[in-house]
Amino acid sequence: MNVEEMRKSHKRLTEFAYQTGTIDRGYNNRTLYINVSTNEIKEKPVSQEMKEKFIGGKGFGLKLMWDAVNDNTKWNDPENTIVVSGGPVCGTTQYPGAGKSLVVSISPATGIVIDSNVGGYFGPYLKFSGFDAMAIQGKAEKDIIIYINGDDGEIVIDEAPDEALDGHVLGEQLTEMYAKDEKDKKNISVITAGSAAKHTYMGLLNFTFYDLRRQVTRLKQAGRGGIGTVFRDKNIKGIVVRYAGTKGNSNKPANFDKVARTGIKLHREIERLDDNLMRIRQVGTANIIEVMSAHDLLPTHNFQYGTHENVVNIHSNVFRDNYLTQGLPDGCWFGCSLACAKAADKFKLKTGPYAGKLVTVDGPEYETAAGVGSNLGIFDPEAILEINFYCDTYAIDTISFGTTTAFVMECFERGIINKDITGGLELKFGNKEAALELLHQMSRGEGFGPIVGKGIRKLKQYFADNHGADYDFLHDIGMEAKGLEYSQYMSKESLAQQGGYTFANKGPQHDEAWLIFMDMVNNQIPTFDDKAEALHYFPMFRTWFGLMGFCKLPWNDIFPESNKYQDEPAKIPEHVQNYVDVYNGVTGFHIDKDELILQSERVYNFQKVFNLRLGGGSRESDIAPYRAVGPVTKEEYLSREDRYNKEMIEKIGMDPSNMTLEERIAATREYRMKQYYKLMDTVYARKGWSDQGVPTIEKLQELGMDFPDVIEVVKRYL
Amino acid sequence: MYNIIDSKYERGAILKVLTKNENICVECHQCEDACSVAFFKAADREKSSVRVDRKKTGEINLTTCTQCGVCIDVCPVQAISRDKNGIVRINKKECVGCFMCVAACPEDAMMYNKDLIEPFKCVSCGICTQECPTGAIKIEDI
Repeated sequence: MNVEEMRKSHKRLTEFAYQTGTIDRGYNNRTLYINVSTNEIKEKPVSQEMKEKFIGGKGFGLKLMWDAVNDNTKWNDPENTIVVSGGPVCGTTQYPGAGKSLVVSISPATGIVIDSNVGGYFGPYLKFSGFDAMAIQGKAEKDIIIYINGDDGEIVIDEAPDEALDGHVLGEQLTEMYAKDEKDKKNISVITAGSAAKHTYMGLLNFTFYDLRRQVTRLKQAGRGGIGTVFRDKNIKGIVVRYAGTKGNSNKPANFDKVARTGIKLHREIERLDDNLMRIRQVGTANIIEVMSAHDLLPTHNFQYGTHENVVNIHSNVFRDNYLTQGLPDGCWFGCSLACAKAADKFKLKTGPYAGKLVTVDGPEYETAAGVGSNLGIFDPEAILEINFYCDTYAIDTISFGTTTAFVMECFERGIINKDITGGLELKFGNKEAALELLHQMSRGEGFGPIVGKGIRKLKQYFADNHGADYDFLHDIGMEAKGLEYSQYMSKESLAQQGGYTFANKGPQHDEAWLIFMDMVNNQIPTFDDKAEALHYFPMFRTWFGLMGFCKLPWNDIFPESNKYQDEPAKIPEHVQNYVDVYNGVTGFHIDKDELILQSERVYNFQKVFNLRLGGGSRESDIAPYRAVGPVTKEEYLSREDRYNKEMIEKIGMDPSNMTLEERIAATREYRMKQYYKLMDTVYARKGWSDQGVPTIEKLQELGMDFPDVIEVVKRYL
Repeated sequence: MYNIIDSKYERGAILKVLTKNENICVECHQCEDACSVAFFKAADREKSSVRVDRKKTGEINLTTCTQCGVCIDVCPVQAISRDKNGIVRINKKECVGCFMCVAACPEDAMMYNKDLIEPFKCVSCGICTQECPTGAIKIEDI
């Protein structure tokens, strides 16, 4: 069936006309509200206070969500909302990494708000079309497509029965359907989920951009927390935006020259230095596979170990030399000279419904290579690319898939589950065919796949309730907190990273704090106060990217030659100043680097209160499973015996030579958990929170976030 | 790799390029005025595609475009291409003003000016050479 026939089968549900051309200094000062139950579409004004307190991006997402839901809203209730918002700098074309969208919703995995940062052209085009954010509420009766025509100021909702569900097919179909011709395809961006989103709690959203040189629709993912599952629960098939006419000043900055000069300075830095630093332009983020392995930090076999003899088979150069097309401007938004969005072209699939087809695989990013590679014991680059492809098109988060499947494989190898339970799948480490079949089952909604697709928190209970498993052991080895699976770094030997992961508002994801090198490798934050300061500054600084529509990578995956001479090189001070300059250049405001942190602190504390309001956010929810903190099993202890024995002598003050292995494991655990709780107390105090992790009324007043309904929530917990 | 060279230009055909000999430049800056007047109707060296200044070492530095085409490869919207004579040109209508080409240019000959939302560059028109008193810049066939 061609796209014209598909279009003919559409049934128009509603139309909405609006005025375009409202953008000024990075804001349209209005948001778009769509209710897919009632087909109501309307504009909502953005107040000055909303801009000052919530800034944009994730801040706007949280604010609109707060107003849309109640204390008891669950992920699949109609009032749950999906908000997509760029932020004031989103759509800037001169500074690398300025096209991100932040997606916010109540997560099926965690039950609290999740936020996910995604590239592709949707965020910028939504803004140029006239809206600082888009909030979608309700549930459609049948599958629908929403089309936003930003050129003509028109929004429609159509029932759309015939289009595909899988992201790579639907992205192509809708791009072709709404573009006037080949050249016009770059003016279209589509949000899709995929066929597995409805059968799991780890469904993601694909955001597309059209690649003019490859002539394919590329996919970037809002991966974490199952927002694609919410999307499909609302019976949304796709959301399309079109905007033709992007120019360097489409975001209408207050000071174009300031923004452009700052951008050109960073473009030049990347041009000069990237090939000898991270090589992001060659291999994307996969450059750190070998770095992590060299430091014994690459999650292997469900985070038991930090390296493996076969890691060499998946080093970044293997992908670069054999699969990733080189020399193309692979940015996920115009002007990203760091160009991490690598792709393997004409990759021939071996399994599943698209077997034999030649496809373009986006990635693999580091998280994917580690998650579905080393963590599953799969050291085959083609298997990693194939799993990566199917995860994206089926709409499965590669991080949660990797971490959950690793957990299941360890359970299988330890005899906690068997082939009777897995429906015949031999889920041993390294079994790539079994991992792929699990994925195909998630797409089809059959067999063991959809059970695994509910994530580790549900699986722990399921294995304990139905198969007599020891829940406490599963809790020790199941790498989830708050219901979200850990992303792919080994935090065992870095106390600061244990906190960075597990205290994170949305669940353990590295985008709040990545302190392993500062803490473990470089020993720059030795005391509890140092660690707590880092666990205040970095989460706040990184939160700011999500308020803006910025990508994190151009902050510290490239740095100027002079950086090593700075007082605080880990902060990349010159780049922090770049961000201040770009923000001020766009908005015409006059913030400095301290005000930047304050902007984040307001939204960060608001998100924490939001978690409390939805029944999360407790001290208990900030406690890591023990595998994130130390060695659970004998094998893990023995794999780093020298390190742990040394710790016993130097830190714990015990002599390991007089102790059994079990005694040493127990003593290490007692010591490490004490350290962990002490870190928690220190960090809570630094953040201005109670010992239960609740923002105090004084703190909220100091931040100007003492709204009556916010105070009312914290009072329940103080 | 992808063929990103405009197929209308055949490699090996004669290409007119602005060449330079810094040893005989007298720094009169008349080339800059001629270029900016021709393309921007004002004598403003910041709007010239040829530039005369000094290197850090003190020697005269002439910035000219060699028409190498590195900028073609980095443009995310394919707004830069070779015309039928091999000259690298910017299609301003398609340009999204990211200035990645400005940083990627090995000669620093892709220009940015605060009044303009697109970059600009030398198109080997030769107007500047007519004003050069010493022949320090010339249009040559290569």
